[in-house]
Amino acid sequence: MTDLYQSQRAMRHMRRVAMQRGVIAILDVGSSKIACLILRFDGPDVLREAEGIGPMAGQSSFRIIGAATTRSRGVRFGEIAQMNETERAIRTAVQAAQKMANVRVDHAIACFSGAEPRSYGLAGEWDLQDSVVTEQDVARVLAACDVPDIGQGREVMHAQPVNFALDHRSGLGDPRGQIGNRLACDMHMLTVEAAAIQNLLYCIKRCDLELAGIASSAYVSGFSSLVEDEQELGAACIDMGGGSTGISIFIKKHMIYADAVRMGGDHVTSDISKGLQVPIATAERIKTRHGGVVATGMDDREMIEIGADSGDWDKDRRTVSRTELIGIMRPRVEEILEEVRARLDAAGFDHLPSQQIVLTGGASQIPGLDGLAARVLGQRVRLGRPLRVQGLPQATTGPAFSSAVGLCLFAAHPQDEWWDFDIPSERIPARSLKRAIRWFRDNW
Amino acid sequence: MQPLRSVPLAPHDPAPSRWAYRMHRLWLTPLFRAMLRVGLPSFTLIFSIGLYLSDDQRRASLNSASAGIWEAVQERPEFMVNLLAIDGASPALSEAVRAKLALTLPASSLQLDMAALKLKAEELDAVATAELRVRTGGVLQVTIQERVPVIIWRTESELSLLDASGTRVARIFERADRPDLPIVTGQGANDAVAEALALIAAAEPIASRLRGLVRVGERRWDMVLDRDQRILLPEVDPIPALERVIALDKAEKLLDRDVVAVDFRNEHRPVLRLTPGALEQMRNAGAPTETGASNL
Repeated sequence: MTDLYQSQRAMRHMRRVAMQRGVIAILDVGSSKIACLILRFDGPDVLREAEGIGPMAGQSSFRIIGAATTRSRGVRFGEIAQMNETERAIRTAVQAAQKMANVRVDHAIACFSGAEPRSYGLAGEWDLQDSVVTEQDVARVLAACDVPDIGQGREVMHAQPVNFALDHRSGLGDPRGQIGNRLACDMHMLTVEAAAIQNLLYCIKRCDLELAGIASSAYVSGFSSLVEDEQELGAACIDMGGGSTGISIFIKKHMIYADAVRMGGDHVTSDISKGLQVPIATAERIKTRHGGVVATGMDDREMIEIGADSGDWDKDRRTVSRTELIGIMRPRVEEILEEVRARLDAAGFDHLPSQQIVLTGGASQIPGLDGLAARVLGQRVRLGRPLRVQGLPQATTGPAFSSAVGLCLFAAHPQDEWWDFDIPSERIPARSLKRAIRWFRDNW
Repeated sequence: MQPLRSVPLAPHDPAPSRWAYRMHRLWLTPLFRAMLRVGLPSFTLIFSIGLYLSDDQRRASLNSASAGIWEAVQERPEFMVNLLAIDGASPALSEAVRAKLALTLPASSLQLDMAALKLKAEELDAVATAELRVRTGGVLQVTIQERVPVIIWRTESELSLLDASGTRVARIFERADRPDLPIVTGQGANDAVAEALALIAAAEPIASRLRGLVRVGERRWDMVLDRDQRILLPEVDPIPALERVIALDKAEKLLDRDVVAVDFRNEHRPVLRLTPGALEQMRNAGAPTETGASNL
């Protein structure tokens, strides 16, 4: 745990260094695309009120000066499968973004969606020494949370205190300075496969960048596509990506649950490819141009040229009706949504006061998806697009970029995590004294 | 049919190579960029110039080439001076100026040091100011203002002409060369020419008898008349004293009498010095023998 603490603190330090330098890169490593945005921090005074952009989420303290997207290679289910391919794709995106920004970046904040995220709710209690809660007490109560067995080869990605309770008063955001006897805290911990983080770290290091932070893409896309009252009252964000579908549940502006379904838009494409006997690229084109999930009578008459390059006339002149295409796509989309429904049920989403569901991500652009999702997930479903931030090119304002934009907000204003608090003071001397004694014994 | 392309081309990889990526990042580094865009060219330029000039022979040839170009420019007819014209001087003086300047014509006007020439011309005593100008047509115009002699100064060795400021203008060999000018003598007489001129002007009623002025002890004047009569004038305000002597002369014919000197150095106690004959006569007449007559 201390190792993790140190490495996360080192990343926070990197982030501070990057903020001082004023330039930081955002890397969204997805299964279908890798996006790189370059942010320049001007400080809060250089606030230029653009149309429709308010200073609500701190998104006015930075400006995007470079943006590049490239087709992702070597990433499957949101995890890096082929290191050198992924490294090349990251290099392509970073170089293009640097070229646009005309500035060199040395620090990157990355997010990815896969690696089997698991959520844990942690609770801790602490009897206050004197009745006023100090920062040390907050650190102690966080340290007092009992950590469950997260399993071999897993790493903590987020550990955020979501709620503090003082005696019988719960729902405190910041308990410091308040008076009571017993401080309790609820913490949300998200763990992922350590190997995925290692691979990403290695790829980013090979691109001569320093990692200044890492986040789950389900979390950051919820950050950017949920509006403020949804975050406050309770909502789930479904980030439908290429290789995996991320789920994050927010309440009181804190993420309390995150999960991922290892299915996404790429599976729909591969279904089309198999069903229509076409290459993946053609299937992708057909899906984006003609895809849908709700068939009408009109769709029977709309014939889609599939085309092929075989030389056989019959094969090359094949057509399918849009209804057939929808017949292929719909079961897979339903399957994904049902899986999401199962995860939400397992998380107890139906106990939340407000059950808003927001669909975002590239695969949420299938026409008619909101109708289908309303049938599966419940009535309160909407399609979400990311927040507008300054300098974002028009091409990157779609729902496919909600995790990249959310990562920008994360870079500007990260929520307090466990490692942002100091280690309780009584633990430091014991450890360092022990270490000093050991060093002394080893050397003399 | 065989495939037209023997080796199927790999799909285009948009990713930059690791080295291209690093070079791009290096190029975006501000310091490196400044070095390469400003530092390197300037260093190359300075280094190559230094390398070229480090050889003595090259430097010498470069110098001679530049000197040759300069020579060619100087020798152009537009810059040549062929004639020296001297204005405002008497023929003798203009000859002297011409000799003093010692120009070898034709010469290039770029080589003439006008300030030095002006100083040289003004070194001549008779020249008050000289003005030099190169006129169109290659004429060096020297406009000279001559000093005007107003007085003759006799020293032990020679006779000099002085102008109103006391500066020596020329020497003459005989007094008779300039009979129109008054004469002064004595050490330091040239420093008080203005006073001498004022005295001579004041002595206009006795001008016919005036021989000259003598500077005594570099501080006061003696006026010498014919018959070796002297009027000793005070150091301060000599002109009123002289006017008193002239008034006495007019009233009592003082200077026509047998007087060797009229001493007015102390205005409260003027003294007359008589000739020995006159003194004898006065004693015989039974007059008081004091020379300091107080009722003058």
